[in-house]
Amino acid sequence: MITDVAPGSGSTMPVQQRRRGRIPGWLRGVIWAVVAIAVISTASYSTGVAALTSSNTAQTALRLALPILLCALGGLWAERAGVVNIGLEGMMILGTWGAAWGSYNGGVWAGLISAIVFGALGGLLHAVATVTFNVNHIVSGVAINLLGLGVTKYLANLIFAPISGNPRQSPVVPKFDTYSATFLSDWLGDLEKEQRVGISDVAGVLRGLVTEVAPLTMIAIILVPVSFWILWRTRFGLRLRSCGENPVAAESLGVNVYLHKYVAVVISGAFAGMGGASLVLLRGGADYLENQTNGRGYIGLAAMIFGNWRPGGLLGGAALFGYADGLQLAGGGEAVLALLYGAVILVAVIVVVQLFRRQWIAAGLGVVGAGVLYAIYWANDTLPSDLIPYTAHFVTLIVLAVASQRLRPPKADGQPYRRGED
Amino acid sequence: MTSWRTKLLPPLLAIVFAVLLSAIALIISGADPLQAYGTMIGQMFKGSTAVDTVNLATVYYLSGLAVAIGFQMNLFNIGVEGQYRFAAVVAAIAGGAMKLPPVIHVIAILLVAVVAGMAYAAVPAILKVTRGVSEVISTIMLNAIVAGIIAFLINADQFGVQRGNNIGTRVIEPSGRIPGIPLGSGTLFGFVVIAALIGAAYWFMLNRTRFGFELKASGESTTAAAAGGVSAKKMTLIAMLLSGGVAGLVAMPELLGRDYSYGITATQMYGFTGIAVALLGRNHPGGIALGALLWAFLDTSAVSLEQINVSKEIATIMQGIIVLSVVVAYEIVRRADLAAEQRRVGRALAGRKGSSVAEGGAV
Amino acid sequence: MSTAEAPAEAVPDRGAPAVQLTGITKRFPGVVANSDVNLTVAAGEVHAICGENGAGKSTLMKILYGMQPPDEGTIAINGEEVKLRNPQDAIRAGIGMVHQHFMLADNLTVGENVFLGAEGLHGIGRAARARLAELAERTGLHAKPETLLEELGVADRQRVEIVKVLYRGAKIIILDEPTAVLVPQEVDALFDTVREMKAGGYTFLFISHKLDEVRAIADTVTVIRRGTTVGTADPKTITSRQLAEMMVGSELPSPETRESTVTDRAVLRLSGLTLGAEGSDRNALDDVSFTVHAGEVLGIAGVEGNGQTELVETIMGMRKPSGGTIELVDADGEARDITKAGTLARREAGIGYIAEDRTRHSLLLTQPLWVNRILGYQTREPVSKGQLLDIAGARADTERIVRDYDVRTPGIDVPAAALSGGNQQKLIVGRELSGNPVLLVASHPTRGVDVGAQALIWEQIRQARAAGLAVLLISADLDELIGLSDTIRVMLRGRLVSEADPATVTPQELGSAMTGAGEGDEE
Repeated sequence: MITDVAPGSGSTMPVQQRRRGRIPGWLRGVIWAVVAIAVISTASYSTGVAALTSSNTAQTALRLALPILLCALGGLWAERAGVVNIGLEGMMILGTWGAAWGSYNGGVWAGLISAIVFGALGGLLHAVATVTFNVNHIVSGVAINLLGLGVTKYLANLIFAPISGNPRQSPVVPKFDTYSATFLSDWLGDLEKEQRVGISDVAGVLRGLVTEVAPLTMIAIILVPVSFWILWRTRFGLRLRSCGENPVAAESLGVNVYLHKYVAVVISGAFAGMGGASLVLLRGGADYLENQTNGRGYIGLAAMIFGNWRPGGLLGGAALFGYADGLQLAGGGEAVLALLYGAVILVAVIVVVQLFRRQWIAAGLGVVGAGVLYAIYWANDTLPSDLIPYTAHFVTLIVLAVASQRLRPPKADGQPYRRGED
Repeated sequence: MTSWRTKLLPPLLAIVFAVLLSAIALIISGADPLQAYGTMIGQMFKGSTAVDTVNLATVYYLSGLAVAIGFQMNLFNIGVEGQYRFAAVVAAIAGGAMKLPPVIHVIAILLVAVVAGMAYAAVPAILKVTRGVSEVISTIMLNAIVAGIIAFLINADQFGVQRGNNIGTRVIEPSGRIPGIPLGSGTLFGFVVIAALIGAAYWFMLNRTRFGFELKASGESTTAAAAGGVSAKKMTLIAMLLSGGVAGLVAMPELLGRDYSYGITATQMYGFTGIAVALLGRNHPGGIALGALLWAFLDTSAVSLEQINVSKEIATIMQGIIVLSVVVAYEIVRRADLAAEQRRVGRALAGRKGSSVAEGGAV
Repeated sequence: MSTAEAPAEAVPDRGAPAVQLTGITKRFPGVVANSDVNLTVAAGEVHAICGENGAGKSTLMKILYGMQPPDEGTIAINGEEVKLRNPQDAIRAGIGMVHQHFMLADNLTVGENVFLGAEGLHGIGRAARARLAELAERTGLHAKPETLLEELGVADRQRVEIVKVLYRGAKIIILDEPTAVLVPQEVDALFDTVREMKAGGYTFLFISHKLDEVRAIADTVTVIRRGTTVGTADPKTITSRQLAEMMVGSELPSPETRESTVTDRAVLRLSGLTLGAEGSDRNALDDVSFTVHAGEVLGIAGVEGNGQTELVETIMGMRKPSGGTIELVDADGEARDITKAGTLARREAGIGYIAEDRTRHSLLLTQPLWVNRILGYQTREPVSKGQLLDIAGARADTERIVRDYDVRTPGIDVPAAALSGGNQQKLIVGRELSGNPVLLVASHPTRGVDVGAQALIWEQIRQARAAGLAVLLISADLDELIGLSDTIRVMLRGRLVSEADPATVTPQELGSAMTGAGEGDEE
């Protein structure tokens, strides 16, 4: 009655074990840092553009990377809990105003706290809209950006304008003192001046990172490992992440999904507020100024995506953006062009790796890409000054185009969740 | 589902809510909300404010339509901002360089604008379809980059002309301008007519054509649409390009009806306003028109607040509150309506035969 | 309906029952999912809950697990009445649930999935991992706690679910259709685990509609029909026939196809169809060849997940085959190679499609019924004139379907989401049989619909077949397959492994062919 048409069918069980790189995360970070420094110092040496690795560039890069880093951390917290936070920009704007107001009235620390509170309020609003009312996360974010801008303009007009005489600007506010590791800094400075290949470059970059550092800078950098530890090593973090991966399952296991999302988004806003503070309260930056965030909240989000929703990765993303930005400020078009040369070297390295892995197509594309980049480098003495400020944006687009398929966002990121509906 | 209650209640609630909340903000800052609102409404009847409002609303309307086309396909075209500015500068440069007879000159400029808008939208569209890059993040990058492109193109080394403190593209000849309609003390953009036509075309496309059906189906459920023979990728690409094309027209009312040159100081943010207006109007061409008018009213009449020493930013705050509360209100009403509809169907069935417990199956 | 009403000796007295549900009723807007359900589960037994799809099993279990509150009735655990407001209450009462659709997060590790929500017991550190290792040993889970869940196969995921439940100290474990996703060896392994744990004092509620499995594992079986319990029996003494009658009741709809209408005119011809699978060396479809003739219903039997979904989606053009051809012969007898054609072109060539998941693949839920009539037919009469839609035509034709197919709805302007599953399916069947199709691809056409709708859908398919329609029927319901099909092919791991004659084959024989039992399968 039953006739076998294909006896002996059935192969082995589906083997779904996908091998992932077994290199631990911290080591991968170190490798990338070494590769990055090696590439830029090679580029610096080959092109003769010292600005690539000068301590001045590193210092500027660090200052510019901070708001991006803090926003990226804010994005990390929200998105790990499943809430897309495109409102970071608005929360950051609120933070800038809060920082200026607090600092003017009560000193820098009051400024920082007030910035955090203002950002967190923005986050709370986002949480109410997205978690309680299930509003589309992007719609809510866009609205918060509008609202953040409107509220700060209104407040600036109301409170700053009588003092500073300009509704677009705050009065001069106190800034964070800076500290240098003097001994280290001097020693590295000497090394940098010696102009030795490699060593001087590393010294230059390091010197920039240990000279005239503000407490806020240190706090921001420490927040990266702290975020990692909380999100990946504590019970609270596990619960928070589970809300971003599978909220229905989390709820069924007794996780209060609404509460965790609320906390995450409020923390996210607080980080964005701190990002705003880092624009106002650091030496070298302006006081409160209308439009001073200039899309950094969005860049922070991009840095987080670049970093594959991981703290270490987003640190790298923020460093990249900060560096690209700092370089064009410190070195101009010529330096960015030299960076292009660095990109050629980097792509060449990647091509070699791909050849090793026998990924012929990827390697071929890499060769073409490197060729195009080199042609641009070779054909120009400098890049148009109007476009240089957007180096980071171009880099983001390219990185997203190349790597977006390997990114792994939280599974339920951006999806509405209602208790009891599945 | 399509009752008037569903359509009109949420925006009305949102507006009332925004008015109340802003009133509280005004009271805290020591102003009289009634006086402030009275001044804003009174301003409508002064000078050319009413005409200015309609003119500005035309711009917002186009932007809202552009965003709405994306929304139909579940696409967040935040990039309308970048697309319209890119199209504006390209069209202004091309229009300034062209020597063509009237009408044809205008049509040529509009075509350039549409194509430029599409081209700028093609970048995120292609990245999304081929590489899976979220259109939200890529368009945000492109929005930022466009400022650099404009600065580069308007630079005196390229296509710019220095006029006093301002630098802009070459002025478009009268043959390339759209004449306005004098109305009271102001001049209504001739483009109002074109915008209305585009709105009608949008409605027709969405509700009467196969393409509109496929777009909506794909936006609602890519899986069901795929089973029905609609490729989501193709729809994504087309929707993004169409959206970009309409976005390309956003700056045209002002360019061809008032400014004739695109300067470095040209107004920004129309694209973001479009998102708000599309949300307010629920992607319906009529609704978007009302939303655009409301937005424009808040913008133009807010200026009058300075006379009574009230910060005009209160209007921006109101706008932000309106957007947020309107989406919340739509969501609440939608939920209530679906439950009501299910109950209604349940009752209708119960009336026909003995209620079958198995009907509807497991949950 | 002459079934035993819970003979007292079927439930041996072992102190207070582990679970006692009394008079449970649950209503949803428009439907009653459970009405007056009574259930007694003794401690230390495997108690099967049987019933058709849509009979209300899942809702009942959700109530027992605290995911939905009952409108009426009481729940007693170990003799004590409890209120279960949420899953935490249930967990505290010692109840654990292994969901049919796993409640796991792919992007978290095995350990994280287990510890989540129960961090209070042993933290998330070393102590927790030690406890996990202990439980993993007992359930045969070999994955390391640091392994990402997505790297595990289905059987291991299920083990993680069981470990999760045990980790929380559950003594009463609900297994919701645990075998639906497993291959036979895995089912055996699961049953071994269940038997061992039963000996260790655990109580199981085993939800299933597969009678042979129920008979293999359960000590007691309770049947649910139309949302209410119809009886309890001893699976060792009751026959499958009796059990089946309890499940479907007196109106046992018979899908018997009477006389053969098979012609020798081929309509769909597949040869060597092969489809690669993502992230696996094994093909999702491996050298699949068959022909469906006009007037023939070709049934494909198989345990879910053996390539049926892929087969259907490849025929519909939603997946691109890596090898082989698909040929369709249209009404005029002209053969056409459609291997490279898009979905729309295939539909236009005369393929109707009833998808297995109607809410995801067949309906636009928020759109009115008449808009749903257009989906898939947007290029054809009577709902479309080329590039323009014919709205009047679409509405009129929707009215026709509502009338002819007995779609119970207040009107054609209600959104599809407001209809019950059975009525949604009738609408879909009506739509897919309009426009004179030459081939109907029907994937689980009566899944989750009520008995009345099921009978109507069967009748419609039979009529269309008599009129010369070729039908490819994929179903998990063996009675449906045997009753409707002219030929049955069995699918196992992407291949067609055997053929059966529905006139003579029994569900048992078919079941063992589906599981590859007779093959002496190697691993």
